[in-house]
Amino acid sequence: MKKKVLTVDDSRTIRNMLLVTLNNAGFETIQAEDGIEGLEILEDANPDVIVTDINMPRLDGFGFIEGVRRNEKFRAIPILVLTTESDAEKKNRARQAGATGWIVKPFDPTKLIDAIERVTA
Amino acid sequence: MDMNEIKEIFFQECEEQLAELESGLLRLNDGDRDPETVNAVFRAVHSIKGGAGAFGLDDLVSFAHVFETTLDCVRSNKLEPNQDVLKVMLKSADVLADLTNVARDGGSVDQARSAQLIRELEALAKGEAPPAAAPVAAAPKAAPVAAAPAPVVSDDGFVPVAFSFDDFGDDDVSADLPAYDVVFKPKSELYTKGNEATLLLRDLSRLGEMSIHCNMDSLPSLDQMDPEAAYFSWKVSIKTDKGEDAVRSVFEFAEWDCDLEVTALETGETPEANGDDLPMQPVPFDLSALDGELDAPLGVVEEEEQIAAVQEAVAAAEAASNVVQMAGNASRAAASDKGAAAAAAQNNAQQVSSAAAPTIRVDLDRVDRLINLVGELVINQAMLSQSVIENDSNGVSSINMGLEELQQLTREIQDSVMAIRAQPVKPVFQRMARTVREIADITGKSVRLVTEGENTEVDKTVIDKLAEPLTHMIRNAVDHGLEMPEKRLAAGKSAEGTVKLTAKHRSGRIVIELSDDGAGINREKVRQKAIDNDLIAADANLSDEEIDNLIFHAGFSTADKVSDLSGRGVGMDVVKRSIQALGGRINISSKPGQGSVFTMSLPLTLAVLDGMVVTVAGQTLVVPLTAIVETLQPDAAAIHSFGATQRLISIRNSFCPLVDVGRILNFRATQANPVEGVALLVESEGGGQRALMVDAIQGQRQVVIKSLEANYTHVPGIAAATILGDGRVALILDVDAVVSASRGQSLHTETSLAAAG
Amino acid sequence: MTLLATNLTNGERELIAFRIGNQEFCVNVMSVREIRGWAPATPMPHAPQYVLGVINLRGAVLPIIDLSARLGMKPAEPTVRHVIIVTQVKNKVVGLLVEAVSDILTIKDEDIQPTPDMTSEFERTFARGILAIEGRMICLIELEAVFPHTESEAA
Repeated sequence: MKKKVLTVDDSRTIRNMLLVTLNNAGFETIQAEDGIEGLEILEDANPDVIVTDINMPRLDGFGFIEGVRRNEKFRAIPILVLTTESDAEKKNRARQAGATGWIVKPFDPTKLIDAIERVTA
Repeated sequence: MDMNEIKEIFFQECEEQLAELESGLLRLNDGDRDPETVNAVFRAVHSIKGGAGAFGLDDLVSFAHVFETTLDCVRSNKLEPNQDVLKVMLKSADVLADLTNVARDGGSVDQARSAQLIRELEALAKGEAPPAAAPVAAAPKAAPVAAAPAPVVSDDGFVPVAFSFDDFGDDDVSADLPAYDVVFKPKSELYTKGNEATLLLRDLSRLGEMSIHCNMDSLPSLDQMDPEAAYFSWKVSIKTDKGEDAVRSVFEFAEWDCDLEVTALETGETPEANGDDLPMQPVPFDLSALDGELDAPLGVVEEEEQIAAVQEAVAAAEAASNVVQMAGNASRAAASDKGAAAAAAQNNAQQVSSAAAPTIRVDLDRVDRLINLVGELVINQAMLSQSVIENDSNGVSSINMGLEELQQLTREIQDSVMAIRAQPVKPVFQRMARTVREIADITGKSVRLVTEGENTEVDKTVIDKLAEPLTHMIRNAVDHGLEMPEKRLAAGKSAEGTVKLTAKHRSGRIVIELSDDGAGINREKVRQKAIDNDLIAADANLSDEEIDNLIFHAGFSTADKVSDLSGRGVGMDVVKRSIQALGGRINISSKPGQGSVFTMSLPLTLAVLDGMVVTVAGQTLVVPLTAIVETLQPDAAAIHSFGATQRLISIRNSFCPLVDVGRILNFRATQANPVEGVALLVESEGGGQRALMVDAIQGQRQVVIKSLEANYTHVPGIAAATILGDGRVALILDVDAVVSASRGQSLHTETSLAAAG
Repeated sequence: MTLLATNLTNGERELIAFRIGNQEFCVNVMSVREIRGWAPATPMPHAPQYVLGVINLRGAVLPIIDLSARLGMKPAEPTVRHVIIVTQVKNKVVGLLVEAVSDILTIKDEDIQPTPDMTSEFERTFARGILAIEGRMICLIELEAVFPHTESEAA
């Protein structure tokens, strides 16, 4: 059965690239444009892993991750943060919010897939 | 979807982000300090950088990175966005737009300018005052874009390492492979982050041959166990040639949440296997139970255990692994506020933007095709109605009713479809903001742009073609209209000039005004230039308004020095033609010392027109209804001759010139007799009324506009064509052109047609 | 009727031949979109004599050129027996009024003979070559030269 990835990013370009990369690797991909939409579709999407950006309108990555972690069902779902920012402070903040791992943009498709494979059973 | 499509979408996205960026910066400039505004500005640049990186657009990435860094300082309140800072920001936004365009279409950017801005941005980020602009003139070689950081790569090793599955399950591992001891003790937080010890161990196993010992010392009895806590630790011995870094990086995501020790063993040294300090016998830990895809068996360290002990250990290990799994499951299932309880308040504080009405993106081609089809529908419906009427004037009432309903429906469809293409003029107005900035810079004048009515909607095709004429007019207004700051001050005005751009709907059209508070038109200069160019006679008597409108004539430029802008030789005549090509009118009014106002009136849509169908010299013409003030039936007493060829008609108490349409269009060689026909009173540009002479009025109709230029050329005196109910083509009159022609200037063909053979 | 492109081997072309008066001309079939009967045209003011006006072609406004007049010969007196060849060059579509269509020819490039040097306007501007087919002389016309030209406006 295909693994499901929920991707949350406000950039159409990045969403498209994620879709192509993940679909080609055999994942089923569901997409959201920002943190709010991500939380809204979380239950229905029921993903195996989440890939999210940090800088988004309405609700940013930190808020989104915290929201996910508050949901019983998704307390331990792997969440990978995908962003151009790489300073320690932001990483720490993401970690405290509950992020599982961190990938830097521009993302190497292979590395992204590996990271997803790594954190999913 | 392929990369090219994604790239195209990226550039579309860039356009939107650049617009967001500019409007956000302008709001900041106006004093808006809402953190969301700052965030939006940051995100715009951030998005562009992110996407650009994916396509390897290095120049764009570098510049965006510096820009983003400085914006981050604003975002974190380290940098106050005052006027000077915003000036740098706005210029940077312009450069960012230029770089994006170059990335899209090729070409090059002004390197020196980019470099200068990068210096200024960096200075701001460091907390220094922005450096004065280095004199640009002296740089014959383009200064390379100043040391911008290389495209972002994390430098602290937090990039997932790609590993390949190839070196996996290799039983012939030579004993010479470096070996490591890894002690891994997860803390409970590890599980709350979605990591799983077992998955990490599985990952580690992909690096090479390994044996795992699980330490369950700390595991309390079941009744004391906290399903959320982590009790296990593992000691792993692994042989791999991937290096210690590879071993560590397996745990990189989890490294804050566990205790990790990695020790490299001397080559040849056997890894500590027999654990005197381990309560359990080393047992094969079969990770393949977790992951059905792992086919090859793991390297197993064989010990000299007795089979029984092994069996027992296996059972215990299985129990252990079950417990581990259960603990994992439990931590997922049980309710917990650990960690996650932290920052709910922060989310609430986040401003949720007002939900916009849902929209979809549609290819413009599809919309155009739809509009064309609807146009055909209208024509067809008209033709149908006509032939039914002609063939059966008694009309079966049900057919008539049906036809009426059809007409109603068609009108409604047409209105709805037209509305699809209607867009607010905002994007065009926003582009003008940049134009104003650039021209102010070049001319050394101080200007601000004020806009009103940005949300006024107009057909997309009109909007697209509006940008260029507006740009020329603004250049004109700033370059010629506005005075230098010193002069303004001397005249008691503010040093900063204002250019105002407004849009509104008025009687079925859109009216756009561009006004400036400059010096107004120098009538003497214009008049003289017109005389010099043989446009008017030296002794011609023209009203102020007529003099003002002379600037719309070809070749008219009263600039003394050719500044960078006017050098292209584009004059107001081109602007006028562009507006006319859109079916619009333009005129100017000016007050010396106070400024000028350009007024443009454009049809809401280029596709449909309300017209009066008339006959002129046996030809059917359509006159736009919006131009017609009233219709008259002239009687002989009201007609007066004026000079050799002109005639006037008296209406109420004033006199109005008669225009012989048939003559002007060359449909007949002789003068028409006004009494035998009908006169249409029209307003012409620049005020003043004229009475157009036509033979008869056939009726009023909404007609679909068909372009003549598409397959033919612009015909002077004719705005466009349409297809009537009888299937024949009728020409739509260009009222203003015909009226100008009647002033004694002939309808000179603006285009030359190839000489007949 | 609309024409379909047929498979041509290299160096071959298909041409449509038509008659004006007692002369025959032809144009490349690839430029021809359709052939239709004559319809009265709406005249346009200040148009050159060879532009008869415009007609409605399924909702599009199509200019009609009297090809005879355009080529410098006697202006046509259109009747219902005349034919309009709808042609396209680049993205302009124009209708050519001729008397009748005579043939569709498949010829090879080498069949086209150069026009004799007669230093006439016609030869210089419109004629691209001559074909000899079954004793007839058919002149190949340069369509682009026939279309009304305009000076591009600086904008």
